[in-house]
Amino acid sequence: MTNKSKSFEENLEELKESVKSLEEGDLPLKETLEKFEEGLKVSKLCSEELDTAQKKIEKIIEKDGKPVSEPFEE
Amino acid sequence: METNQKTIKIPESNILTVGKLTDYIKQRLEGDSNLNNIWVRGEISNFRRQSSGHLYFTLKDDVSQIECIVWKSSALLLKFEPEQGMKVLVLSSIDLYKPYGKYKLIISEMHLDGLGELHQKFLQLKEKLKKEGLFSEEHKKPIPKFPRVIGIITSPTGAAIKDLIRNLTRRFPNINIKVVPTLVQGIGASKNIVKSIELINKIKGVDVIILGRGGGSLEDLWCFNEEIVARAIFKSKIPIISAVGHETDFTISDFVADCRSPTPSTAAEIAVPDKNELLKEINHLRERLLLKTKRTIEFKKQYMESITDRPIFKRPFDFINQYLQQIDDLTLKSSRAIHNFLELKRKGLEIITAKLYSINPRAVLERGYSIAMKKGKIIKTIQGIKINDMIDIVILKGKIKSQVKEVKNDK
Repeated sequence: MTNKSKSFEENLEELKESVKSLEEGDLPLKETLEKFEEGLKVSKLCSEELDTAQKKIEKIIEKDGKPVSEPFEE
Repeated sequence: METNQKTIKIPESNILTVGKLTDYIKQRLEGDSNLNNIWVRGEISNFRRQSSGHLYFTLKDDVSQIECIVWKSSALLLKFEPEQGMKVLVLSSIDLYKPYGKYKLIISEMHLDGLGELHQKFLQLKEKLKKEGLFSEEHKKPIPKFPRVIGIITSPTGAAIKDLIRNLTRRFPNINIKVVPTLVQGIGASKNIVKSIELINKIKGVDVIILGRGGGSLEDLWCFNEEIVARAIFKSKIPIISAVGHETDFTISDFVADCRSPTPSTAAEIAVPDKNELLKEINHLRERLLLKTKRTIEFKKQYMESITDRPIFKRPFDFINQYLQQIDDLTLKSSRAIHNFLELKRKGLEIITAKLYSINPRAVLERGYSIAMKKGKIIKTIQGIKINDMIDIVILKGKIKSQVKEVKNDK
């Protein structure tokens, strides 16, 4: 089942599996529709996932033994 | 002829044999601590490896040369393949071979000199860590397909970092990059690298680390061959991609790291996926999903239609009507049959009636005949008829009572 906490890779793998089993097997209509719905959901999660990260380039320096983030100037 | 040669008289005790002299020289040379277990620097020439396994060559410098032997037992321990022209440092002792009276260096240890020494150190550490299992596949952590946060340990000023950031953001525009400025060359570099690896491991959410620098000499890259760096890489909880120097440069870091990138530029390709490629892949999968589902529905629909298209479902009354028609038909046929039957019977009856009619005595009477009867019985012969008998003559309409006058047999 689809799970938001699954990693991108896991979701992508699941999507691939869904498509594969759909294409290879002659599934009953009910299962076909279920797989379709599931796959659509997962594919949406996957593409959404790609946009969740934010562009950020930072510099990490040590302060009192702890990492501190500062803007990175190229 | 007289010879000029004089006989020289020397006391026998003062004369040495060649063997004795050689013995003495051998003793002096081999007993001299200055000629035993000494380090000598020189260049290999005339190198020969005998089938016995012993190595023979000449060690030379600008001004002199000396014959050398490495016995098989020592040759087996060498960490490199000696070759013509190599500069080496040897640990050796003088030896004198009596039959030829020649002195030689017997070498117990031989090392590459200068740069070669670093190379040897590299090989030694590589072997040691390999034996410990630091390079084994089972310790390699997988590199995530889609990392959100990438740590980079390198110099903040070199070309390598610019290249990396450019390539990373080109492949994945919305990536989070955390650069840990680190010394990657010279004194203190190895310690600095270790510190950076430890520091980045304290940050949560870093998916992968790229550790590296651009190309340089073996000395420039040396910090990546240090044992402390190797151990820090091994200890890192975050997977590390080692990207040091050029494609041909192999460092200890490359072997310990979870993945080796031939150059810093290619590290970006290993670390992050191409976002467009990924989106394309997802879209492609989605299209396949749609297409297949559409086809399945289409197929099932057609199948259903092929069933509902059958006449029984399309015009069910046709069937009933057909049967009704059949019933009508049969009814008609049966009534006709009955009629015919009756007709036939009726005709038969008519014929019989006609026949009957034809034999009806009344019909005879109608034609003018009459019937003679005696006491209600038709008279067919003259027997029993006597004169004066009362007989009835029956005609069509009536009866004539008569008396017999005469009976005559008509023959």
